[in-house]
Amino acid sequence: MTDVTKDGLVGERPGREAMIGAHGTTERLRPRRGKRRGGEQLMVPPAEPVSYYGKPVLNRPVWSAGDIAGYLFTGGLAGASSVVAAGAELTGRDTLARSAKVTALGAISVSAGLLVHDLGRPDRFYNMLRVFKPTSPMSVGSWLLAGYGPAAGVAALTDVTGLFPRIGRSATLAAAGLGPAVASYTGVLFADTAVPAWHEAYRELPFVFVGSATIAASGLGLLAAPLAENAPVRRSAVLGALVELAASHRMEGHGLVSEPYAEAKAGRLLRASKALTVAGAFTAATLAGRSRLGAAAAGGALLAASAITRFGIFQAGLQSADDPKYTLRPQRDRLQSRG
Amino acid sequence: MGVKTFLEGWPVYRQLTGTDPLGRGAAAKSKVSDNLTSRNTEADRVVKSVCPYCAVGCGQNVYVKDDKVIQIEGDPDSPISRGRLCPKGSASLQLTTGEARGHQALYRRPYGTEWEPIDLGTAMDMVAERVLKTRAETFAWDTEDGQRVRRTLGIAHLGGATLDNEENYLIKKLLTALGVVQVENQARICHSSTVAALGTSFGRGGGTTYMQDLQNSDCIVIEGSNFAEAHPVGFQWVMEAKARGAKVIHVDPRFSRTSALADIFVPIRAGTDIVWLGALIHYVLENEKYFHDYVVNYTNAATLVSEDFRDTEDLDGVFSGLDRDKHVYDTDSWQYSGVEATAASGSRDSQYDARTGKGKSVADAGRAESHGHGGPGPSQTPHTDETLQHPRTVFQVLKRHYSRYTAEMVEQVCGVPREQFERVAELITDNSNRDRTTAFAYAVGWTQHTVGVQYIRTASILQLLLGNIGRPGGGILALRGHASIQGSSDIPTLFDLLPGYIPMPHAHLDETLRSFIEADSADKGYWANLDKYLISLLKAWWGANATAENDYAFDYLPRLTGSHSTYETVQLQIEGECKGYFLMGENPAVGSANTKMQRLGMANLEWLVVRDFSLIESATWWKDGPEIESGELRTDEIGTEVFFFPAASHTEKSGSFTNTNRLLQWRHAAVEPTGDARSDLWFMYHLGKRIRDRLAGSTDERDRPVLDLTWDYPTAGSQDEPVGEAVLAEINGWDAEGNHLSSYEELKADGTTSCGCWIYCGVYKDGVNQAARRKPGKEQSWVSPEWAWAWPANRRTLYSRASADPDGNPWSPRKALVWWDADAQKWTGHDTPDFPPTKAPSYRPGPDAKGVDAISGIDPFILQSDGKGWLYTPVGLVDGPMPTHYEPQESPFENLLYKQQSNPVRKAVESRHNRYAPPGNEPGSQVYPYVVTTYRVTEHFTAGGMTRWLPYLAELQPAMFVEVSPELAAERKLQNAGWATIVTARGVIEARVLVTDRMSPLTVGGRTMHQIGMPYHWGPNGLTTGDAFNELSSISLDPNVSIQEVKALAADIRPGRRPRGAARLRYVEGFQRRAGVTASTGQEA
Amino acid sequence: MTDIDLKAMLYGAEHDVARDAGYPDAPPRMGFFTDTSICIGCKACEVACKEWNHVPEDGINFTGMSYDNSVSLGADTWRHVKFIEQPKSLGNNFAGLQRAPVDLGMPTLTRPGDELEADQASEFRWLMASDVCKHCTHAACLDVCPTGALFRTEFGTVVVQQDVCNGCGYCVPACPYGVIDKREDDGRVWKCTLCYDRLGEGQEPACAKACPTESIQFGPLDELRERAAKRVEQLHESGVTDARLYGESPDDGVGGDGAFFLLLDEPEVYGLPPDPVVTTRDLPSMWKHAAAAAATLLAGIALCFGGRRS
Ligand SMILES: Nc1nc2c(c(=O)[nH]1)N[C@H]1C(S)=C(S)[C@@H](COP(=O)(O)OP(=O)(O)OC[C@H]3O[C@@H](n4cnc5c(=O)[nH]c(N)nc54)[C@H](O)[C@@H]3O)O[C@H]1N2
Ligand SMILES: Nc1nc2c(c(=O)[nH]1)N[C@H]1C(S)=C(S)[C@@H](COP(=O)(O)OP(=O)(O)OC[C@H]3O[C@@H](n4cnc5c(=O)[nH]c(N)nc54)[C@H](O)[C@@H]3O)O[C@H]1N2
Ligand code: SF4
Ligand code: SF4
Ligand code: SF4
Ligand code: SF4
Ligand code: SF4
Ligand SMILES: [Mo]
Repeated sequence: MTDVTKDGLVGERPGREAMIGAHGTTERLRPRRGKRRGGEQLMVPPAEPVSYYGKPVLNRPVWSAGDIAGYLFTGGLAGASSVVAAGAELTGRDTLARSAKVTALGAISVSAGLLVHDLGRPDRFYNMLRVFKPTSPMSVGSWLLAGYGPAAGVAALTDVTGLFPRIGRSATLAAAGLGPAVASYTGVLFADTAVPAWHEAYRELPFVFVGSATIAASGLGLLAAPLAENAPVRRSAVLGALVELAASHRMEGHGLVSEPYAEAKAGRLLRASKALTVAGAFTAATLAGRSRLGAAAAGGALLAASAITRFGIFQAGLQSADDPKYTLRPQRDRLQSRG
Repeated sequence: MGVKTFLEGWPVYRQLTGTDPLGRGAAAKSKVSDNLTSRNTEADRVVKSVCPYCAVGCGQNVYVKDDKVIQIEGDPDSPISRGRLCPKGSASLQLTTGEARGHQALYRRPYGTEWEPIDLGTAMDMVAERVLKTRAETFAWDTEDGQRVRRTLGIAHLGGATLDNEENYLIKKLLTALGVVQVENQARICHSSTVAALGTSFGRGGGTTYMQDLQNSDCIVIEGSNFAEAHPVGFQWVMEAKARGAKVIHVDPRFSRTSALADIFVPIRAGTDIVWLGALIHYVLENEKYFHDYVVNYTNAATLVSEDFRDTEDLDGVFSGLDRDKHVYDTDSWQYSGVEATAASGSRDSQYDARTGKGKSVADAGRAESHGHGGPGPSQTPHTDETLQHPRTVFQVLKRHYSRYTAEMVEQVCGVPREQFERVAELITDNSNRDRTTAFAYAVGWTQHTVGVQYIRTASILQLLLGNIGRPGGGILALRGHASIQGSSDIPTLFDLLPGYIPMPHAHLDETLRSFIEADSADKGYWANLDKYLISLLKAWWGANATAENDYAFDYLPRLTGSHSTYETVQLQIEGECKGYFLMGENPAVGSANTKMQRLGMANLEWLVVRDFSLIESATWWKDGPEIESGELRTDEIGTEVFFFPAASHTEKSGSFTNTNRLLQWRHAAVEPTGDARSDLWFMYHLGKRIRDRLAGSTDERDRPVLDLTWDYPTAGSQDEPVGEAVLAEINGWDAEGNHLSSYEELKADGTTSCGCWIYCGVYKDGVNQAARRKPGKEQSWVSPEWAWAWPANRRTLYSRASADPDGNPWSPRKALVWWDADAQKWTGHDTPDFPPTKAPSYRPGPDAKGVDAISGIDPFILQSDGKGWLYTPVGLVDGPMPTHYEPQESPFENLLYKQQSNPVRKAVESRHNRYAPPGNEPGSQVYPYVVTTYRVTEHFTAGGMTRWLPYLAELQPAMFVEVSPELAAERKLQNAGWATIVTARGVIEARVLVTDRMSPLTVGGRTMHQIGMPYHWGPNGLTTGDAFNELSSISLDPNVSIQEVKALAADIRPGRRPRGAARLRYVEGFQRRAGVTASTGQEA
Repeated sequence: MTDIDLKAMLYGAEHDVARDAGYPDAPPRMGFFTDTSICIGCKACEVACKEWNHVPEDGINFTGMSYDNSVSLGADTWRHVKFIEQPKSLGNNFAGLQRAPVDLGMPTLTRPGDELEADQASEFRWLMASDVCKHCTHAACLDVCPTGALFRTEFGTVVVQQDVCNGCGYCVPACPYGVIDKREDDGRVWKCTLCYDRLGEGQEPACAKACPTESIQFGPLDELRERAAKRVEQLHESGVTDARLYGESPDDGVGGDGAFFLLLDEPEVYGLPPDPVVTTRDLPSMWKHAAAAAATLLAGIALCFGGRRS
């Protein structure tokens, strides 16, 4: 309490130390505990986790699905295609090699184009190389693209033109070396966010994505290569599918946070992509070695599956960010188990 | 650019070579960031200013670059605000520089359908011509029965609370000289009750304390105020008190942001505070909790009341003297014993009484506001009994009057359980004694009732009994409204007052200067000097033309014949008698009660001048008002000529605002206004010049007051802006030699001094603008006497003599404010003592002492004729000497205390557009079963002209809404965030629904009662729009001051949106029919 | 290059965040202590911030969420005042609200915190809290920004450099508090700068300066933490036992917030994550998994080519 003495104020305290909640109640005034409105049959509301008017905790990703899922898909296609290209070239499957190289170049160009398109300030895309940040998957990815893109380009151009075959060979090998990283880093891109469905899947996402990239590249190989050359991609289609399905299965096993992968639009997309993956891989293993049509069907299914997977996972992220329970409940559980 | 510089500019390079390998800090910093500066530091100058919104009066620093305002921030030097600003103050950059402001003068020709741009000078000329034409057509020298009035009722003015003192001064001066009496501003509809209540109780109509002093309170009762929302920055002083252990109690119909920070929140039925406060008085008296020595010495408790007096206990709810037919009291029987009643008002003669209906028109004329400032009191010495035992002592009368105001009654009437009442009573009384003080803070939750004055009176009585007035941490804080609404009462753009609370003369009653002074001055106390104040004012206005021979031009003043308040003016407009209207910073189409009547009045004018920042509803009703939508009016049939003049903002003009602390704070202009925007000072001055030019050479006696007026202020700048300080100097006044006066003590009645407002005398002391003083608060005591200037005489706490005991020593060592220094033989202390500086505590006046000499050494209330705080008001108020509970004009409940339902002398207005719901238990009252109240939210301001147009504020409260309890929502099937329709006997509006636990049903008289709460800031124009609340409210007025009752109405609420077009009218009529509402409903005394 | 603990730069206690961001002679780390117990919900902070930073209006929409019509932090709302109506007492305060039984069921209205103690009649409090960017010690937004637009200032704050940001949007989902967001018509992301421009001139942030009750307290983080700890004690003594600090601990999942809070209920009630963890904590592991996946791809396809030529 301040005293206003003849000599001035004594006992001042700043207003920010206001004693909130200090006075008021006496025994007599104890609020009546008991029935809230609703009288006897008041229903305890369902045990929804507490949140702020049900509003999301996170801001939902602002990426456009077409741009970023497309970027992931084309990036994966390119990266895996470069490996296929190298394998084909080293094993003398020229048609497959060339088509894979051209695919890689085309896909990575589209990919980069989509990435730039998604930028709020596309004219500033070059700022991606302003810093090199190992903490930023997108920075790492940009530098990776900066290395991989030219390699894939040179590989394709030399192949198509027949010029500088030695340079072409090196480029092909370089692209093959970087390609897998291009395909897998995008798993980190998604995982390195606060979006629970993505983040909690950080161990599996790269595998899902490389699996998916593999089936995409294989699918394209099946479409482009003659029957005679398509055996490796038939095998890789099956292998990729197995990797992807296995990784997906694990990814979807994180309890509550994985829920979005199974629900609503994301669930529908991912179920469709799985069906296509299985069908495509099965066809690749069975018909594709025998008929062009079979190979084409398998290839188309696999490409579609791979694309849809990216859209599905992207969509799951949105769903995961939109509902606060995915953010709040695991954290609360974590706190509780910590005691 | 070399490779090296390129490389060094490349963050990757810096990552590799510098201290930030990960590129997350120093390496990533851009050139722009490197060179970043705060734009404040780039300002060419920082100009000291004051927030233009509310009466807290927060200090602002205005940053100017290239003659543009680039930022406005709180001024940390201000001892009031300490650099802080609420959202409105923080948005004042947008207010002043935003896109919403108009910069082009506009004209709407009669029957026109659109605005047309008009040249500013042409518009000014046209207005000058209109004024003279209307004045000529409507000028009246005399009333029908031959009383000299020298005036016109053909022209009216509204607005002033947002304006500077200097602007109000010129408005009042010019219009009075023109014979315009209907000069009004927000003070009428805002805090007029305050002036009357605090004035009759203590002597001056201003709050007795100031916001910063709340820090010294031990307990703060906030009631009838939404302190944290309506005076957010002032609320820091409540927090400061809380930090020091004070208890904070909030009593309000609904839980607001103020309640959230209070220790105790008491929900109360709107319109019942007199029961609550009366019960506190009862509690204090019954339990002997009053501060005995204070009460005996400093209040009129010991004075005996006339034998003729009959209390409401004797007459079932009315006092002696009621004339039911005329709705008026003969107040003679309320006098003190031993005092001749008629003596107080001087020359009342029988003929006069007959003519006016026994003082009815005088009572109507808002006299209470001037009495409010001390006014005439009993001149003789009344009988007293210091033992307080005599049954006719005020003390005993009071005790009987409140004997049935018990905790049970509180429970029954207010809906407050008795335990809650008792807890609050304990807290207040435990914190009111020698060592502890309790403060009351209120605002328009109390003022805006048909018994508004008496609400505040009840609190005044309580605070006097508890010994809390005049002491640190005590007092009654009237939280006033607009930035300078205190100023617009002090220098009143009010029909009933002249500057400094001098009453406007009344026809007949105040025929000559002498009779006026005799009638209105007192023998004792500072009001005995009325002649000095008035003659100095007349000298300020008419200079050399005011001479002893011509009664100092007293005759130039137009005369009143009753009430000419804004609400009477509206009726005159509808009737066609009032033809010209100035709206200078007020928006009655949204803010005044019964907005429909406001608009219908305006639609019947010949000309209307609107001066504002944007095209507010009061400027555009002719093209898009609700009556156009409903088909009641057609644009091409409305003959009103409308002029819109864009106003200059607070940053564009120099002038003073008077805040709620009675503190005059000077604002320096930061920039010149652009386009056609001009200050109101400019407008009034140049309008006056144009008018005088046109009248030059006139020999018509009618024009003498205008032509003789002192009207030659220096101007400056490219726009010939009058120099505000020159006006302030005139307000302060000069002696015969032209020296600036330093105090009203220097004023003389012989015509040798001039002073435009005696209570402001001293503000230009020594030729220095004292209001512009800005010694930082941190460098002064909490009183901060060197920050700006407070009236009177720079005193911050009024009646501070009462902070010391009769011997002149502080009542307690922890409550020392001013005290008698026996060695120096003078009063001293932290504040300028509110007492004659050398009058010893032992001084006792002789039997013949007059004026200030008649005030004894123990009389703290130096403007009162007896020097005492008035527990009982023998004169001054027209509806009773002690507050009595009456139900609001519209109430779905019966008065449980008396047979008398509502204030018998309230002013109910009979009009087709102003129907009332059936009161109490009358049949049909349950058609409007809910109690509605209105209020403010932090994010918006009043009628919205200064906030609804600002994106930053509009988005924070984006829709007109209605707050209801979950219980009422269930009863009426209202959906949160959905729409509801609210209907009263006059109108219907729609609003978005907010279902909230903050509204709770109360049990009143054994039945569950629901209250509905609504802010009133919305209207159809601006960025956030909505129906105006005042479509619902009625004109029903407090008889003392003509303030409208908007704090308690009766209504129904239904889910969904309201009907459109003509169906809207049918809807209202449907309810009226069901309730049986007729012209006479709710009209009985 | 100073020798630095790379791991500590991603997660865990971090004692000199500015120094580790390359400012060897940094001033003390500055931040906010927002004491919500004395907030009067006036929103001056929201407006002052917008005026100073020329932040655009964020939509004129009525929400029905108590007095909160700003809804959330975002590109156009950098301070956000939350309003929570609860059937609970504030310490020993007494709110005399009475409740009547209702037969028609509750209107559809979910109030945060309702669920915690649904059985208390006539207890009530109205919580108000001004939220803002936390200026995390380990700021995910900053970590993931590929352009260096987001950077750590010498005051230890986290700021977007608008001249650099290319609107890649990565920072948006990275923030565990839902703070930073993209302004669609502008293309870049925006959030509280902790008034970097003002700090550089020794001026306090606009929001803190305006705050009428000093609910927003600005200063050196160390001092604020000390003051906050005392404040919690003070409130506990006066009976507000649910007062707690949020984001002040350097040991939490983001290494402590540069802008921390005193709350009167669980963070969830205020829409705040109770145990946020900077996503980059797991980044090393993510990279490992990505590398393994890449290797798998390379090896897998190689394997497929390794077979006999058919
Ligand atoms: N943000 C903001 N600040 C403002 C203004 C503004 O519009 N917005 N306006 C300014 C002006 S002009 C003024 S006059 C002041 C007014 O300041 P306040 O008087 O504080 O404003 P209100 O919110 O109108 O009313 C105060 C409270 O009275 C309550 N109330 C209503 N009826 C009753 C009753 O019968 N008894 C009791 N005890 N309480 C009742 C209301 O619920 C409300 O909480 O604010 C000034 N400051
Ligand atoms: N239902 C209901 N009605 C009420 C109240 C209530 O509580 N409930 N409160 C009442 C009270 S207390 C008040 S004070 C009134 C307020 O009601 P009004 O005074 O009608 O409302 P404001 O919006 O403040 O109008 C002031 C106008 O002045 C303009 N202005 C500001 N500065 C200047 C200037 O320098 N020059 C000029 N020329 N114009 C300027 C503003 O833009 C604004 O449009 O409302 C009253 N009405
Ligand atoms: S509106 Fe009132 S409280 Fe708010 S900043 Fe202005 S003067 Fe201060
Ligand atoms: S709160 Fe979000 S936006 Fe702010 S610094 Fe932390 S991660 Fe970045
Ligand atoms: S949007 Fe801008 S600030 Fe955010 S990560 Fe991308 S470049 Fe950085
Ligand atoms: S620190 Fe500055 S930018 Fe951040 S919220 Fe406050 S005012 Fe806005
Ligand atoms: S300015 Fe201060 S008191 Fe007002 S809402 Fe913001 S934090 Fe709360
Ligand atoms: Mo007001």
